[in-house]
Amino acid sequence: MAYPAKYRYTKEHEWIDASDNNLATIGITDYAQHALGDVVFVELPKSGAEIKTGKSFGSIESVKAVSDIYAPASGEVVEANAELQNKPETINTDPQGAAWLIKVKLSNPAEISGLMDAKAYEAFIAEKEKEASA
Amino acid sequence: MLAAVGAKSIEELFSTIPERFRLKKPLSLPGPYSEAEIIEYFKARAAENSYGYTSFLGAGVYNHLRSVVTDTIIQRGEFLTSYTPYQAEITQGTLQAIFEFQTMMCQLTGQEVANASMYDGSTATTEAVLMAERLTGKRRVLIARSVHPEYRDVLKTYAKNSGLQVEEIPWTANGTVDGKALQSALRDDVCAVVVQSPNFFGAIESVAPLAESVHAHGALLVVAITEAVSLGLLKPPVEADIVAMEAQSFGLAPSYGGPFAGVIATKDKFVRQMPGRLTGQTVDSDGRRGFVLTLATREQHIRRERATSNICTNQALCALAATVHLSLLGKEGLREMAQQNLSKAHFALQQLEKTPGVRRAFAAPFFNEFTVEFPRSVKIVNGHLLREKIVGPYVLGGAYPELTKHAVVCVTETTTRQEIERFAAAIGNALQQPV
Amino acid sequence: MNERNEGKQFPKEFHKATRHTNQNEGLIFEKSSPGKRAFDLAPLDVPEADGAAALGAAYRKNGVEGFPEVSEIEVIRHFTRLSTWNYAIDLGMYPLGSCTMKYNPRVNEFVARLDGIATEHPLQPQSLSQGCLKIQKLLESCLLEITGMDAVTVQPAAGAQGELVGLLMIRAYLEKQGDARKKVLIPDSAHGTNPATAVIAGYQVENIRSNAEGQIDIEKLREQVTSDVAALMITNPSTLGIFEQRIPEIAEILHAKGALLYMDGANMNALAGVTRPGDLGVDVMHLNLHKTMSTPHGGGGPGAGPVAMKKMLEPFRPVPILVEKEGGELALDYQRKDSIGKVKAFSGNFGVLVRALAYLLAYGPGVREATEDAVLNANYIRKGLEGVFDLPYTRPSMHEVVFSDAKQKRNGVSTMDIAKRLIDYGFHPYTTAFPLIVPGALMIEPTESESKEECDLFIEAMRAIAQEAAETPEVVKTAPHSTRVRRLDEVTAARKPILRWKPAE
Repeated sequence: MAYPAKYRYTKEHEWIDASDNNLATIGITDYAQHALGDVVFVELPKSGAEIKTGKSFGSIESVKAVSDIYAPASGEVVEANAELQNKPETINTDPQGAAWLIKVKLSNPAEISGLMDAKAYEAFIAEKEKEASA
Repeated sequence: MLAAVGAKSIEELFSTIPERFRLKKPLSLPGPYSEAEIIEYFKARAAENSYGYTSFLGAGVYNHLRSVVTDTIIQRGEFLTSYTPYQAEITQGTLQAIFEFQTMMCQLTGQEVANASMYDGSTATTEAVLMAERLTGKRRVLIARSVHPEYRDVLKTYAKNSGLQVEEIPWTANGTVDGKALQSALRDDVCAVVVQSPNFFGAIESVAPLAESVHAHGALLVVAITEAVSLGLLKPPVEADIVAMEAQSFGLAPSYGGPFAGVIATKDKFVRQMPGRLTGQTVDSDGRRGFVLTLATREQHIRRERATSNICTNQALCALAATVHLSLLGKEGLREMAQQNLSKAHFALQQLEKTPGVRRAFAAPFFNEFTVEFPRSVKIVNGHLLREKIVGPYVLGGAYPELTKHAVVCVTETTTRQEIERFAAAIGNALQQPV
Repeated sequence: MNERNEGKQFPKEFHKATRHTNQNEGLIFEKSSPGKRAFDLAPLDVPEADGAAALGAAYRKNGVEGFPEVSEIEVIRHFTRLSTWNYAIDLGMYPLGSCTMKYNPRVNEFVARLDGIATEHPLQPQSLSQGCLKIQKLLESCLLEITGMDAVTVQPAAGAQGELVGLLMIRAYLEKQGDARKKVLIPDSAHGTNPATAVIAGYQVENIRSNAEGQIDIEKLREQVTSDVAALMITNPSTLGIFEQRIPEIAEILHAKGALLYMDGANMNALAGVTRPGDLGVDVMHLNLHKTMSTPHGGGGPGAGPVAMKKMLEPFRPVPILVEKEGGELALDYQRKDSIGKVKAFSGNFGVLVRALAYLLAYGPGVREATEDAVLNANYIRKGLEGVFDLPYTRPSMHEVVFSDAKQKRNGVSTMDIAKRLIDYGFHPYTTAFPLIVPGALMIEPTESESKEECDLFIEAMRAIAQEAAETPEVVKTAPHSTRVRRLDEVTAARKPILRWKPAE
């Protein structure tokens, strides 16, 4: 799966789409989805909750693991993806599209510039994979 | 084998233990004894206990009929000597039995989902409160003083370091929780209200109206049940958010206090904050029905310091015993057993009330336990009863200093009419003795 | 691989397992038909009470909806059929690492069920409970001798609750000195119960990393033990099956800073009779009687987790404690001002304590030989499989050995696949994917119960599977092939949980 150029990426494998200045969308990457395996449950914050850069704002569960999701930027949650409560498997099938996790009103949109772009992220995961097979 | 592993002596296998710490002489332990000697030892100990006495003690541990069938089944090596069913393909027996247990616990309690299992009713009650704390994010707990004193003690031990503030609610003249006192203590910072029904005095609580006022403050209602047979005749506490039950009454021997089986039953929407193991139905790769342990991400082996509980080993074989026992009793058998408890307890009260000075302490309906007040200290009465080979009722004065003349009498289907009459007569005699 | 090619997928020329038929069986509720019952009560010998009148609004008008209605033989057959779908120690080696699946002697079951033991009420007069209390007393003294400790409590219902009691006592002890402290240190190889317990005891968890040898890094530990640290929880031997050699030094480091050493005794089957934690500097520990002392696991429990401790922790034990009065009478003492309180109603899983004492009486000082045999068996299996499976930590093994699936992984075969294939060979799988510090772990603990012949069969099976993993990996990856159900869909089970039976609508 390709990594969209308009997104920015974290080392914890979250993506953020801040192309709409008022409302950013956050999700996990295809790489993360692969590593997690079959997703069975997602725990997300309620709208109105504050998220803070680098801090966990929810978790994703597979059958035998729980992984934290970290905020790529700070802000206030406007909406959590309710579809995922009934269809967590969407995270496996369309992690970078339909399975977005939350929409956030960013408190400091400038933060995003510190994150990786698609090219840098691809290089980052290529390095990871090399480490794993070594 | 030593040669195969390349060791010259057994001692060599322990070479990583610093030499000065290796024991140089045998441990000072009794034995070794043969099977016959071991049996002889325990028979001698058994003879030093209460064998031959008739007991009117309940208070959280009940003497009910147990079929030899239950014991025969749970002693099958395939159940007895199997581990937690992590490898589903070769533990379908345990898994399906747990699924049946979960179902029965739901049917009995009127709840939607039940775990299998907690250590006992006391830790189930505590875990139910901790669960309510996670669900509500609040820290105050209101628990009726008419909840089993040892259950309250366990809650206090756990609460102490969890930042929970536990407050106790008194009872009214009829023996049930004081609704007014509860109402004034209930504020929006309460996570759980805990009542027991039938409560420690035997009085049956009115769960529905309690639930209403508890919910009005955004708190959860936890109903503890120590005498599970009562559910054969009592409406299930469907209005409760969490039911914490002791299943000892279902085929488990008193065993001087354990092992028993605690259960938590609750609503589906709370399941992810429920502690303990769960079995779920699924299919195998050929589409056949099968069962697996599921929602394990709640548990300590996966979520570690953020787990819903630290419980690992539970009371699985006891839960199996309860499942077999309830299958034997069935719908009618459980009802008949409960009916016999009710009838005999009410008969016993009538017999006791014939004795001048003995009176029923609380007017609330009761199942198989009721509180009586004697004209003098219960301890003295019980002392007299012991001489007539009767273990008297539970003395309330220890846990409730204001009730020194009160005792909780328990009568089950195992108590005969003759025993009840002898008990009533013995109490009459005891009360006539000089103090 | 859509079809089941039985011939190819069933192990060839392997003596332990062959296919056999077992019977299909539905849920007990599905066998139900109205009016059947399997249990008779004696006729009621008192006037029948009117339920509706006696209970009022609380009265349940009808029997429990959906409850089974079956005959006695149906109950027997139902549960007997279910039982045949289980693997068990009674059927063969059950090498689950960290679980100590040893033989559960039947005499233990017999004595726990005696009239006068099983029948005793925990609140009956202590004068009528001297037999029970003597059993408890003797067990306590045996546990003290084995652990080298000064005092013990038998109240905890299982190991995890033992851990909690241990930490709560540490907390109470430190609090009494003025500072309960904030943190508990836990190695990355620890059981999940350790961190989960520390949190309930009100402590923050700080992980400590193992070094390349799978031991605690002493220099790092020195840095991490600050005046904030209440205790270190250590498992010894560690979950790698390796003895923590510098444990006396570790104890000294902690003690110098006023912290205490807790030992998770899950692996005591490697030490009993050979060395004593109390002598090694451990302050408090729990034992799992359902592991080391042979009480049955029963499909997940019950167990018992007594906690043994040094003298300074003794005042903090849960109530009641067992005391001996003048004249030798035993009693339960509830009046203990420094006690942490109760963690369970009554005195503990007494029936489990009875079984554990029966085990100890059968062995006596011979528990040392049991330990020796357990360690010998583990090393024998290690030798038999070395080279075939990757051994990430090479220090000498105690009662268990931890391999990794690194070699088989190259063919896409994981520890879970190998474990499932082992079922076809007639064994229960070893522990998979634990400890967490070994990716793809195979954790094997044979216990002393296995003969050389059974160990040889196990080695033979594991070697055969390794060969299959290299030559026909698909056979391993789709195993088991001989069980009544194949791999189950755990994903759907978790996504759409079905946690109880409901009648068809």
